[in-house]
Amino acid sequence: MDLTHDAETEAFRGEARAWLAAHVPSAPLPSLETREGFAAHRAWEAELAADRWSVVSWPEPYGGRGADIMRWLAFEEEYYAAGAPGRVSQNGINLLAPTLFDHGTQEQRARVLPPMARGEVIWAQAWSEPESGSDLASLRSRAVRTNGGWLLSGQKTWSSRAAFADRAFGLFRSEPGLPRPHLGLTYLMFDLRAPGVTVRPIGRLDGKPAFAELFLDEVFVPDEDVIGAPGEGWRVAMSTAGNERGLTLRSPGRFLASARRLAALWGSTGRDPAVGDRVADALIGARAYQLFTYAGASRFAAGATIGAESSLNKVFWSEYDIALHETALDLLGPEAERADGPWAEGWVFSLAGPVYAGTNEIQRDIIAERLLGLPKGRR
Amino acid sequence: MRFLLDAEQRDFARTLDSLLAAADSPSAARAWARGDHALGRALWDRLAKAGVFALAVPEAFDGAGRLPLELTLGFEALGRHAVPGPAVETVAAAVLLSELVDAGPDAVGFHDGGLDGLGLGDAGPDGPGPGGAELGDTRGGGPGSEAGAAAGDGAGYARGLLSRFASGDALATLRVDGGYALDADVADVVLVVAGQTGEELWLAAEPGPAAPSHDPARRLFTPAAAGRLLARGPGVAAGVERARAWGALATAAQAVGVGRALLEQTVGYVRERRQFGVAVGSFQAVKHRLADVLLALEFARPLVHAAALSLDPVDIAMAKVTAGEAACTAARAALQLHGAIGYTEELDLSLWLRKARPLRDAWGTPASCRARIVGVG
Repeated sequence: MDLTHDAETEAFRGEARAWLAAHVPSAPLPSLETREGFAAHRAWEAELAADRWSVVSWPEPYGGRGADIMRWLAFEEEYYAAGAPGRVSQNGINLLAPTLFDHGTQEQRARVLPPMARGEVIWAQAWSEPESGSDLASLRSRAVRTNGGWLLSGQKTWSSRAAFADRAFGLFRSEPGLPRPHLGLTYLMFDLRAPGVTVRPIGRLDGKPAFAELFLDEVFVPDEDVIGAPGEGWRVAMSTAGNERGLTLRSPGRFLASARRLAALWGSTGRDPAVGDRVADALIGARAYQLFTYAGASRFAAGATIGAESSLNKVFWSEYDIALHETALDLLGPEAERADGPWAEGWVFSLAGPVYAGTNEIQRDIIAERLLGLPKGRR
Repeated sequence: MRFLLDAEQRDFARTLDSLLAAADSPSAARAWARGDHALGRALWDRLAKAGVFALAVPEAFDGAGRLPLELTLGFEALGRHAVPGPAVETVAAAVLLSELVDAGPDAVGFHDGGLDGLGLGDAGPDGPGPGGAELGDTRGGGPGSEAGAAAGDGAGYARGLLSRFASGDALATLRVDGGYALDADVADVVLVVAGQTGEELWLAAEPGPAAPSHDPARRLFTPAAAGRLLARGPGVAAGVERARAWGALATAAQAVGVGRALLEQTVGYVRERRQFGVAVGSFQAVKHRLADVLLALEFARPLVHAAALSLDPVDIAMAKVTAGEAACTAARAALQLHGAIGYTEELDLSLWLRKARPLRDAWGTPASCRARIVGVG
């Protein structure tokens, strides 16, 4: 057992650090959740991609560097330590791309991945529906067979980034009336500017249009944009939930950097002893999350699959993130009220963590049933 | 990087677990609490044969070399099975004494004679007073010299003790910072760190007055710094720092084991216990409480392992506070989810319930750990 990266990883880390030092914007970009900020973040994705830093874990032909998970973790630590911008492409990179690697065709990968890596096509997710949140499999948006493809109709909601994004991916019911709701679903990609699509941005808690409702009225999607077999959508969508995605949804580097910023803030605001314990807890939590991830990555590298443990990971970081930001606000005193303060947007964003990507209630059910073996019951 | 236990380490943990599972450790813990130490000592013998107590002793003194990671596996097992006795204290004493025999004569002066006839637990009331009249700066050879070769001096005595710790022959306890010496009435060696700067190490003659702990299998003593002055010098304070680090690490591991035991027993209970016609473990309120316990333990264990790898004081503080609080989270959930039966002494669960809080505070309170982490302690 050791915690030492190999020389290759350290060399990779050094290269990343040098590049970031030379390229990270000196002033923070405007908020990702505004039209102006979205464009600025898209330009940053292009800058990353120009030197092949946007998708380091992908194979080289798609714009990556073939980095294994340890090098990816090292890259992320450097990325956030350098104060680099948030990733406007993360839905595509973290959710769609792994699905394409596992279930897509060669043609789909060649067509979809390079523009994703360059930030030319930004992807939104289209999972939830007004009547289908945690019970996602109950979704009712339809995909109806037509000549050469499918016609999508229905309503999707809480579609992150969709206010300004280009394309979206999600699940649609292609075969209604089957005995179980998980059957008869199909995983499709579609254009947010196609005829029949109406995007209605939704202001999140701070009013910024961070997500949107999508109204779909017989939107044509060609066969080439179906991922996996029609009717197999649930399996396709869930299969990547159990691999490294459970480890990569939120990188430890992000929290290590935030915890260091918090400790610096505490130091520069008079080291209030009443908050010291919570600053310590932020430092502990970031380290614990890093180590938990290293352990998972080591198991993964040794050939294991990451299953329900990713639910532990999700509950931990989402609750940690809120505690960290609330501690920062406490240190700011009356200044904490300012919505344009340095911790404000992070705090607002953190509040959504326990809800999205599977609510923490659902995650705790999974932990209890699959990791502890407790009996299923009424939700 | 490979932040995973290897096959040998996993085997070691499994072996200890099955050894202890077969040994009826709850009966040993209950007997220990009544003052009957025979079952507990027998358990210690078996653990010593499995190599647990050699893990903090250098090879020169018949130990396994210092193996902190393996030590945490051992202590997790001790916690999981509620093994009674001053195990952490024996480890801390072993680390302290081996640091002392390794320190140079400028750092540590040992008692220079008159200890050769001294039996274990027999420091005698007639030793030197706090002046340390018999103390010389004899450094009784390096760790390579034979244990006890320097007849009768403090260094020889310390080397002899180290061998006895490694073999499980002797239990030690240690009083630091005016705190409590656990189980000083049973320990074969009672060490007391004293002096204004913590530079004196006394071999106490008497266990001193006893106080009860919330865990009846732990008894708290306050031995006086009297008896024989075994060693003195800045090396004592430095050695105590190392001993404290190992004590905190072993306690953290033990707390993880206690938390696991509480979680496992509670999961077992809520799967069986039926109300309203169903297992109470099918209720979401119960599930979520237990999910939180698993969460706390699963994020504590990597901190313990990382602290064992680095032995860095901040890493150890992180492990200690997180593991201690995880055990307490487990205890609160176990107590709540067992209902009234959990609030009884007769259920064996109480052996672990009553251990969680003392382990959280022993060898580094949460407050002192957090102060160290933010750099004010």
